[in-house]
Amino acid sequence: MVVIQVLVAFVATVSFGVLFQVPKQQYGYSGICGAAGWLFYLLVMKNYPSPAIASFAAVVVLTLMARTFAIRRKAPVTIFLICGLFPLVPGAGIYYTAYNFIMGHNDLAVANGIETIKIAVAIALAIVFTFSLPNACIRGLSSLGKKS
Amino acid sequence: MESSKKVLDLTVRVGEVLLKNGGEIFRVQQTMQMVAKAYGAAEFHVYVLANGIFASVEEHGNNICKEVKGPEASQEGAGSSQIRYVPLSSVHLGRVAAVNNLSREIVAKKYTIDEAWEKIEQIDNIPFTSQPLQVLVSGLGSSAFCYLFGGSLIDSVASFFSGMFLWCFVLFLSKCRANKIMLNILSSALVTMTGMFFFHFLFGENMDKIIIGSIVPLLPGVPLTNSIRDFLNGDYLSGTIRMIDAVLVACCIALGVGIVLRLFPIITGIAV
Repeated sequence: MVVIQVLVAFVATVSFGVLFQVPKQQYGYSGICGAAGWLFYLLVMKNYPSPAIASFAAVVVLTLMARTFAIRRKAPVTIFLICGLFPLVPGAGIYYTAYNFIMGHNDLAVANGIETIKIAVAIALAIVFTFSLPNACIRGLSSLGKKS
Repeated sequence: MESSKKVLDLTVRVGEVLLKNGGEIFRVQQTMQMVAKAYGAAEFHVYVLANGIFASVEEHGNNICKEVKGPEASQEGAGSSQIRYVPLSSVHLGRVAAVNNLSREIVAKKYTIDEAWEKIEQIDNIPFTSQPLQVLVSGLGSSAFCYLFGGSLIDSVASFFSGMFLWCFVLFLSKCRANKIMLNILSSALVTMTGMFFFHFLFGENMDKIIIGSIVPLLPGVPLTNSIRDFLNGDYLSGTIRMIDAVLVACCIALGVGIVLRLFPIITGIAV
């Protein structure tokens, strides 16, 4: 089940990579970033069902991988980061907020709106946190992967 | 004098291509500084905003192009500056990656200024992927997201078609030069309509999942990411501009969805 989900996340990420004109030779890597982010999102959601915290964990992993790939593949981080982030951007939150607002369920609309903002803030914090790690750590991480 | 002007022209052009296609402010500034330094501009200053570049270079002799060497040239106290307006436009990450490689090669002194100029023009003309492929990929992505967000297989199929339909519409609107706000409202309204149409008249089990899957191509993932990174690097003004961009797009999507959800029952008489 989880395997299928992760595979689908891979496909989804690569699709958006193509849509945003990522260079062909990086398709696979941006897909891996997206799949890894989604995997961690699912794992955290299973044990601790809070979308904001799960998004935070997923984006930390995603950003770490994006930075590692950026060094390994000599390409801008943005490429891997933006595509991988797409599954985690709270599109569902935007939809449910609008839906409940229009349907007159104001309490639900507010709850969904706050949840959406929370997720967006969690994503932002995770990116800020991971980018603040010194470059040396990432370099170590990327050379670690190379040897094995 | 001419060569420092040339360096400045090239540098600004590099920055423009980078900024236009979705590079972060920090990357643009750093790349421009690296390029200017590689061509021997001693005093180079640059300030980049989300939609503008301000750069100046001062002459201190010691140019990489040797034609203007004599004391007359440097005596002029020459310097020049450029301001370039860069409108927010569609993202092309391939060009960002290409400029990234180019700047590496420039720093390694692989190219003369003219060669580099040729290269940057080539990069600015890297084509977008063909439109049929974009449409197909949009459908594929939509159906994948529909599945990820808990839709059934049949929902994903509906999402696939509505995602493809959406991208055709987006391409059409961009061709008509519709502004961004209208583009987002109309496209999200269209997606909601297609989703509801599929659910009520053709096939599909969860209307919400179909719609959520197929609005994903509209989501402001790029401005959101760039905005966060700009804030992180201390470029608060550009970060704010891009944050407003992201929030505006999100609000437009919500508005488009809302309008259709409200009107659909009134027009067709079917409760949502």
